[in-house]
Amino acid sequence: MTLAEIRDILDAEVLVGSDELGKEVKTAFSADLMSDVLAFAKPGSLLLTGLTNPQVVRTSDILDIAAIILVRGKVPPAETVRLAKELKIPILRTRYILFETSGRLHEKGIVGCIEKVGGDRVDVGNKI
Amino acid sequence: MKLEEIAGKLNLRVLCCDEGLSREVRGGFVGDLLSDVMANSREGDLWITRQVHPNIVAVAVMKEHSAILLVQGGIPVEDTLSRARKEGIPILGTEINGFEAAGKIYGLMNP
Amino acid sequence: MSEIRYENFFPIEGGTFVNAGDVSSRIKSILKNLGVGSEVVRRAAIIAYESEINIVSYALRGTIRLSVTPDAVCIEAKDEGPGIPDIELAMQEGFSTATPMVREMGFGAGMGLSNIKKFSDSLEITSEVGQGTHVKTRINMAEAG
Repeated sequence: MTLAEIRDILDAEVLVGSDELGKEVKTAFSADLMSDVLAFAKPGSLLLTGLTNPQVVRTSDILDIAAIILVRGKVPPAETVRLAKELKIPILRTRYILFETSGRLHEKGIVGCIEKVGGDRVDVGNKI
Repeated sequence: MKLEEIAGKLNLRVLCCDEGLSREVRGGFVGDLLSDVMANSREGDLWITRQVHPNIVAVAVMKEHSAILLVQGGIPVEDTLSRARKEGIPILGTEINGFEAAGKIYGLMNP
Repeated sequence: MSEIRYENFFPIEGGTFVNAGDVSSRIKSILKNLGVGSEVVRRAAIIAYESEINIVSYALRGTIRLSVTPDAVCIEAKDEGPGIPDIELAMQEGFSTATPMVREMGFGAGMGLSNIKKFSDSLEITSEVGQGTHVKTRINMAEAG
């Protein structure tokens, strides 16, 4: 699904990347702990988080995250927005909490995905 | 929805306090930043987190959560389990990641 | 000894998150421009980033050395700081000495060193309490280089 569709599902505001709303994503990773993102998130994934500091953008850059979704109605500081513009990483912002955000995206077909070392992907999908 | 129904449908491991499985789950909350959990979660929430240290019990008690679910194979330290037993807060575990867990539980609670 | 294709040292200031991650982003760009394979670039960037965050979180200051040879990417992080009293304990997932400030930034969950180990092919850590810590990692590259 595209970032534009995600924006609509989450009633989100686009803070960075309004010219990239055609970007396609299939997977998402949710975390408030950056080390988790570094250990497990898959390139090209959405990152759903309540962390708004610039390190979220850095982490996303390191991992080739497709876009950041800030939850819980948080407003990121100017430095975060500036860095995201510089590194060209879209940021959307939603009022919904992480649980609701995950739920809404999941029911529309976005899956969680964990990257393993060596490139093997584990697509969790609907196996359980 | 009762905790045991969620636990059963998702194959969640019960790590302690199985007497609490009859508790009513009113909603879900996903988060690892304790200040956010304190500010935004609500009574009866099933708290989904990666934090395993004993403070999570204090937070769950204060916010009157129904239970704590540790995702992605997180294992609570012994101190966390003993405090949870004292307070009667069920702690559950699963191998699946936070996004999937939240997605599935949301799906169960919003059919 | 393989001939060095690239080598550089990047200084890092400890105690402030203002520029944290800047060095790692640069390292990632440099490796991409050198034509290093994407999986190796990714692993190196993660190792560099975790190393950089460790220096920022715990040390007074430090340096990251990046070196690229035809068969490996090596990242070496050296800092002046408190050092690690028990390295084995520090390597355990979940063990953390992070301050509340570090935790609120989203770090300090105790996975930094284990992530560094996870993404490297070899790892050497030495440390002296009251002096600092030295972490050397190596990622092997396939023959294509």
